[in-house]
Amino acid sequence: MATLKAVTTTEGTPPFSFSAEALAECKRLIARYPDSKSKSALLPILHLAQSENEGWLSVNAMDAVAQVLGIQHIEVYEVASFYSMYNLRPVGRHHLEVCRTTPCMVRGSDDIIAYLEKKLNIHVGETTKDGMFTLKGVECLGSCGTAPMLQCGAKYHENLTPEKVDALIDQLRNEPRTNYTDL
Amino acid sequence: MGRKLLLEHDNKPGIQGLEGYRANGGYRSVEKALKLMSPDAVLEEVKKSGLRGRGGAGFPTGLKWSFMAKPPGVPRYLVVNADESEPGTFKDRYLMERIPHILIEGMITSSFALGANTSYIYIRGEYFYIYRILERAIEEARAAGWLGKNILGSGFDHDIHVQVGAGAYICGEETALLESLEGKRGNPRIKPPFPAVKGLYDCPTVVNNVETIAAVVPIINDGGDEYAKIGVGRSTGTKLISAGGNIRKPGVYEIELGITCEEFLNSDKWCGGVEGRALKAVVPGGSSVPIIPAELYFKTAKFEPRLMTYESLSDGGFATGSMLGSGGFYAYNDAQCIVRSTWNHARFYAHESCGQCSPCREGTGWMEKILYRLEHGQGRTDDIDLLWDIQRKIEGNTICPLGDAAAWPVASAIRHFRDEFEYHATHPTKVKDPKHFEKEPFKRIPKFASA
Ligand SMILES: Cc1cc2nc3c(=O)[nH]c(=O)nc-3n(C[C@H](O)[C@H](O)[C@H](O)COP(=O)(O)O)c2cc1C
Ligand code: SF4
Ligand code: FES
Repeated sequence: MATLKAVTTTEGTPPFSFSAEALAECKRLIARYPDSKSKSALLPILHLAQSENEGWLSVNAMDAVAQVLGIQHIEVYEVASFYSMYNLRPVGRHHLEVCRTTPCMVRGSDDIIAYLEKKLNIHVGETTKDGMFTLKGVECLGSCGTAPMLQCGAKYHENLTPEKVDALIDQLRNEPRTNYTDL
Repeated sequence: MGRKLLLEHDNKPGIQGLEGYRANGGYRSVEKALKLMSPDAVLEEVKKSGLRGRGGAGFPTGLKWSFMAKPPGVPRYLVVNADESEPGTFKDRYLMERIPHILIEGMITSSFALGANTSYIYIRGEYFYIYRILERAIEEARAAGWLGKNILGSGFDHDIHVQVGAGAYICGEETALLESLEGKRGNPRIKPPFPAVKGLYDCPTVVNNVETIAAVVPIINDGGDEYAKIGVGRSTGTKLISAGGNIRKPGVYEIELGITCEEFLNSDKWCGGVEGRALKAVVPGGSSVPIIPAELYFKTAKFEPRLMTYESLSDGGFATGSMLGSGGFYAYNDAQCIVRSTWNHARFYAHESCGQCSPCREGTGWMEKILYRLEHGQGRTDDIDLLWDIQRKIEGNTICPLGDAAAWPVASAIRHFRDEFEYHATHPTKVKDPKHFEKEPFKRIPKFASA
């Protein structure tokens, strides 16, 4: 699959600052680690930043994370680019992550992916023109017994059928952005 | 037969909360350990139980704990591995979602034995909703005095924190996990030093799987000897198996180690048999273990019934056996294509390689490309030997076992299903249809092939 390019410049991207609520959460996260080890909170804080930046990590957002933790920018970039849940370019309002790993494939994930591609008129890795949906193929989400399945934000949608996919898409169209950090 | 130790109270009302958990005997192991036992006595029970790591490698837990270095004045850590990313494995998710307090209880009791005052749960980022469940459970436990300073007046202090990952299979490897917990890329460390000597923040650390730590609860409640009565030989106790693929009843099952493979797959108590068609192959322990054809799952090469134990599943070595692994079981019916499945496995490992070692980084990519072309009708017969060659060059030549884990599924598929690979090279038009074996299953001749 073609690797999609990360946005590596601040040009044309909006400024970023954490909400007061998120800053309080950062403090709570940092307190979990020994005094000189606050960098340990980097992964969860990147999740917070992503949720407050329309689902992706711009350079501005990553720089704000570096500032909160008092670490170098590069320490944030190298981590953000390693993990698959961080999006380094804008994504749709709802990020549909369909598991395509073997146990799901055996239970029909290929068909669900094909169905979604056709329905949304995009390929895996793309975003719909209206910015509503991004479709992504992901690796085993620990839900193989209820395959085929997809993750959208914090929610797992399991035992998918074309009918269930239709209902989910209709429902999501009317919902605000889904994030991993949703309660 | 059929005892349950972890999921016994699975369906009790309110079991997710502290009150319901307590009502079903929860936190007794903490009371017993902290009030009546010494740390060494707890360790002794775990040794007696014969418990082996449930994360995949099956290393004896008591022995691992006894390696923990104890330099004076240096903190020690227990880190629970809740990364659960091995394809086919979803048992830890089930346990943490349904009975979060059993993990917390196990962590307190285990940390007491290890002399760890802080422990962490590292949970994969995709399980964000379970992270919330665990946080709530920890809050409840803290408020009730199971965590904090001087627990039960024993003088033992303990606190637990959860850390979310962000999508990387490699962070299940224990040293990559520790790197990630320190806020870095998940690149595995070179061993030695082992975590028991230099782990989290360079301090002595034990990393254990969720299920391993949960099993400490019944071991302390009933005694190690009682636990060791369940099972066969060195496979003691119960094991959670997550069952998927083409079976009638996918789900998470707690089995007593030692039931037959036949019973596990065919009985209505467990998988309920294969869905619709004939059984073709089985991956018994997660994607990293060798795939075996149906006949070798039911019987060993010596025609003895195969059992769900560490030893029996690996009987015959890689020539005719597989592994229990993490208990991520999945079955294939005869509509499935082994080349397609092997390509899918290879794609997974290529995607998840951390990129530190050339044999793994380059080899996994090449295997994926070659398998792609075979599966899509663009392959050559030489490709099979080429694949064999590449997997051999990865195995044993890398920093962490992900390299081996990528090599074994390819090697075992070629070993047992070589004729299917040859068919792909010689029937390009037929295999272009992605469902090529759905209407007309591949006619395989069952045999016990050797490498
Ligand atoms: C690539 C790779 C991925 C792994 N993933 C996991 C995992 O998701 N969960 C787990 O418990 N162990 C995983 N392990 C095994 C751990 O390295 C480690 O052996 C285990 O957590 C030890 O716990 P145990 O002794 O209780 O099994 C993985 C190992 C490798 C090499
Ligand atoms: S074997 Fe693969 S995953 Fe493991 S350290 Fe080497 S490159 Fe990384
Ligand atoms: S393979 Fe899809 S959830 Fe496990």
